[in-house]
Amino acid sequence: MAAIIEFKNVNKYYGKLHALKNINLSIEEGQVVSIIGPSGSGKSTLIRTMNGLEKINSGQLIVTGYDIADKKTDLNKIRKNVGMVFQHFNLYENHTVLENITLAPKIVLHRDNEENHQIAMDLLKKVGLADKADYYPRQLSGGQKQRVAIARSLAMKPKAILFDEPTSALDPEMIQDVLNVMKLVADEGLTMVVVTHEMGFAREVGNRVIFFDGGEVIEDEKPDVFFDNPKSERARQFLSKVITN
Amino acid sequence: MIGILTSHWSEFITGFGNTILCSLIALFFSLVLGIGFALLEVAPIKFLRIIAKIYIELFRNIPLLVITMVFYLVIPQFFFKVSGFVAGTIGLSLYTSAFIAENIRAGINSVGDGQMEGALSNGMTYTQAMRYVILPQAMRIVIPPLGNQFINLIKNSSVLAFVAGFDLMYQADVVALSSFQTINTYVIVGVFYLILTLPLSYYMRYLEKKLN
Repeated sequence: MAAIIEFKNVNKYYGKLHALKNINLSIEEGQVVSIIGPSGSGKSTLIRTMNGLEKINSGQLIVTGYDIADKKTDLNKIRKNVGMVFQHFNLYENHTVLENITLAPKIVLHRDNEENHQIAMDLLKKVGLADKADYYPRQLSGGQKQRVAIARSLAMKPKAILFDEPTSALDPEMIQDVLNVMKLVADEGLTMVVVTHEMGFAREVGNRVIFFDGGEVIEDEKPDVFFDNPKSERARQFLSKVITN
Repeated sequence: MIGILTSHWSEFITGFGNTILCSLIALFFSLVLGIGFALLEVAPIKFLRIIAKIYIELFRNIPLLVITMVFYLVIPQFFFKVSGFVAGTIGLSLYTSAFIAENIRAGINSVGDGQMEGALSNGMTYTQAMRYVILPQAMRIVIPPLGNQFINLIKNSSVLAFVAGFDLMYQADVVALSSFQTINTYVIVGVFYLILTLPLSYYMRYLEKKLN
C-alpha cells in the first residue's frame, strides 16, 4: 500500500522545547491510526503538522504527494485532500449546519449547487442530523457539533481525515454518538489519524496504535499487541493509569 | 428662535445638506479604508502589518483639525488646489478610518483562532476564510463601536467650518455673526445635528439587536 503521510527525520521546536524529536513515520492508505499518550507529549503538535497548521523546523513531511516543508508547496492542495476534526469543533458560527458542510465544496471545489446540496444532505443523514440542517452551531450540543464537523470534512471527499482529540470536549453521554460516526467512516476504508484518549476506539476500530511521549514515537504496534503486551515501561505505566478496570 | 430659522432658512438648509453630503462620503471612504487597514493589520505578512500600524497611529494621534489643515493649506502649495469641503472630507475620512480600522481589528481578533483553523483545514485560502467566515463574524461584534464612530464622524464634520466648507457649523457662524442671535442660532444647529445622529444611534441599536 502507498504511504499517504510520511515523516522523514522531522523535528519541531517551540523555542527551546524540542516538541517533535526526529520523527520517522509512514501512514498508509486505509489505515486507522490512533495516537495515544500523556498530555503534553506532543500528540496534537504531531497531528497538526500533517496539514501544515504547525510548521516543522527540519526534515521532510510528504502528505498526499506534497512536501509540507517546501515553501513552494501550496498547503491548500494538501488541505483539500486531508480534512481535520478539532477538539472544539470549529464550526463556522455564522453559517447554518448545511452551509457549514457546503461552503468549502462550493468555493474551493466549485461543486455544482444541486450536487453539493445532495451530498451534504446525504452526509447529514449519515451522521443522524438531517433534521438540524437549518440550525446554527450554537443551537447544537457538543456531540451534534462534532458530527457536523465530521460531515463537513467528508463533504470534501478527502483522502484522509485527521482527528485531534475529537471527543475530549464532550459530555460522556455524547462521546459514543461521535465514536459511532467515526467507526462508520473507518469502515468505509478512509485513512484516519486520531489523537485520542478513547482506548476502546483505539483497540476496536483502529488498526494501528502509536504511543507517543516526550515528542517521540515510543511504540508503533497493532492494537492487540500494544494493549495486551506493551513493550516499554512508559506505555505500561500510561495504560495502568488510563485503563482503570 | 423660529424667526431666526425662517429668516435664514436657506443658509441652514445649505449647511445641513453639505454636512449630510460630507458625512455620507466620509462614512463610505472611512469604512472602506478602515476595513482595508484592519485586514492589513492582521495580515500574515509583517511588512503589511507595519504599513497598517504606521497609517493608523499617524491618523488617530493627530488632531482632526491639523489633518484637515494639511490638506487645505499644504497640498495646494505643492500639488493642486482643493476646496475646503474636499479638504475637510478627506481629513475626516482618513481620521475616522484609523479608528474604524482599530475597531474592526479588535473584532477580527475576538473571533477565535479556531474559526480560521477550521476554514483553512477545510481547504479555503486565507482570503476565503476571511471573507466567508471571519469578517462576517467580526462585523457583527463591531457594530456597536462602529455606531459610535459614525456618530462621531457626523459631529466631527463640523471641522469643515474651519476651512470654509459651507457645512452646518460654518453657516451657523455666519448666521450668528450677522444676526447677533448667537444662542438661538447654535441651539438650532444642535437640533439639526440631533436630527442626523439620533436616528443613526437608534438604527445601530436596532441592527445590533437584529443580528443577535
